[in-house]
Amino acid sequence: MLDDFFIRALLAGIGIAIIAAPLGCFVVWRRLAYFGDTLAHSALLGVSFALLFEINITVSVFLISIVISLLLYMMQKRGGLSSDAVLGLLSHSALALGLVAIAFMTWVRIDLNALLFGDILSVSRFDVGFVWAGSLFALAVLVMIWRNLFAVTVNEQLARAEGMNPDVVNMIFMVLMALVIAISMQIVGVLLITALLIIPAASARQLATGPEQMAVVAAIIGIAAVVGGLYASLGWDTPSGPSIVVMALMLFIISLVLGGKTRRHKPNHAEVSPDSSRGE
Amino acid sequence: MSDNVSLIELVNAGVARDGRWLVRGVDLSISAGEIVTLIGPNGSGKSTTAKMVLDVLHPDEGTRRQGTSRLQIGYVPQKVEIDWTMPLSVERFMTITRKLSHSDIDYHLQRTGVLHLKKSQVRTLSGGEMQRVLLARAIARKPNLLVLDEPVQGVDFAGEIALYELIGEIRDELNCGILLVSHDLHVVMAATDRVICLNGHICCQGSPAAVAESAEYKNLFGERAIGALAVYRHAHDHQHLPDGTVLHADGSITDHCHPDDGHHHEHHDKQEADSNA
Repeated sequence: MLDDFFIRALLAGIGIAIIAAPLGCFVVWRRLAYFGDTLAHSALLGVSFALLFEINITVSVFLISIVISLLLYMMQKRGGLSSDAVLGLLSHSALALGLVAIAFMTWVRIDLNALLFGDILSVSRFDVGFVWAGSLFALAVLVMIWRNLFAVTVNEQLARAEGMNPDVVNMIFMVLMALVIAISMQIVGVLLITALLIIPAASARQLATGPEQMAVVAAIIGIAAVVGGLYASLGWDTPSGPSIVVMALMLFIISLVLGGKTRRHKPNHAEVSPDSSRGE
Repeated sequence: MSDNVSLIELVNAGVARDGRWLVRGVDLSISAGEIVTLIGPNGSGKSTTAKMVLDVLHPDEGTRRQGTSRLQIGYVPQKVEIDWTMPLSVERFMTITRKLSHSDIDYHLQRTGVLHLKKSQVRTLSGGEMQRVLLARAIARKPNLLVLDEPVQGVDFAGEIALYELIGEIRDELNCGILLVSHDLHVVMAATDRVICLNGHICCQGSPAAVAESAEYKNLFGERAIGALAVYRHAHDHQHLPDGTVLHADGSITDHCHPDDGHHHEHHDKQEADSNA
């Protein structure tokens, strides 16, 4: 069964969705979308390292992402990384550096499109195994730290005052981000990883009334986007990453319509105003 | 003052940010069953001091000592903002740092008068409702140290008195130490064992009874218009000028004021307060 490239892609995609979507809830709650983007773009540096030292791309991207995410985290802690200008600078610089580094390696022939937008054909048996091992491991860790991570997300000082250690859970969260970026890069591509984190979570927000419920709904929406997107990609010969993201977007629009309906019947749910997301 | 061993103690503690002392020279101890109130104007270092007590901020000078290894803290922060992206009911919010049984959740929401909001989304609560939920959540942890940073903001006057009564009840029930932060003295006074006036450093402290008998206190409470700041007059031998320098009673001007720079007489006030108690 695993001989079929499409089955492999489906399995890998579902493996990614079950961890990317719940983790994406935290990305949304903590307003780390741009942060995730920066991290994802720096994955291209990981690719160039993999080519240079002839090691597995996924492993290389994972290691580089961990380094970059810890660096970003430390910069953020020092308070120097609050503005989106700095993140934007780092994000696109990392992307450009990766592209230039790859261009310099004239001895390797590489499909840049596959790196940027994902390629279902490139998913090997090893990758499927790596995705599921990484995904299940990350999911187990996320469940373990869930209460603490959530408390820290709601109010870091409150969590710290009441005996939790925000630094440890934040660090673990960063490593999980790096892991998810590494395992999703080949399927959705560097440019679209953040979409896989955020769009299912944002869709689930419209339908959920509790954080745990939102994570589960996001995972289901993520799986639906992967399956639908990959079939569309196969049918119309479109690149797999964009197809998955377009499918996720369609599910988001559906969730807006459904969420709008339920909200009107529940006075407890205030209208979602996009403006308030920019507060603080 | 209580004879108990203190739960938590700050010794000559201060926090500096960007080369400026937010608060400095704070000596403070809280014992089991004692309510200590920090008052002071905006920017006087009340929340900073509370955060040192909570171990959220580490003192840049001085020390924090914990009198017991089993410190169970309940904290009501000055502000908790829930992002619209986060679906969070009051019921779930109650359990963010600790698991609670359904009956515990109901009981504590009942005590602060917000049981009817149990299923509501936190971000739809009014300011006063939020404070009641925060207080319910903090006391449900059965803390032995309760830190309340402006716990009644946004609560109407009648509700304010009821909440202070409740805070007193909680103290009796759990025998916990309570640190109360307020910029507003008149209601706080009755429930407090000790008042500490803060303005970048400890200006004065004493029992509220002693302060209440003083002419300055009557002056303050006779005319509400004078406001909470008036209470400082009995202690203030110096004035913080708009440019950050300090004008002392003897007419000298210095860049900062420190507890040990000889321009203060808070010990006098403290002794007076204690002898009146």
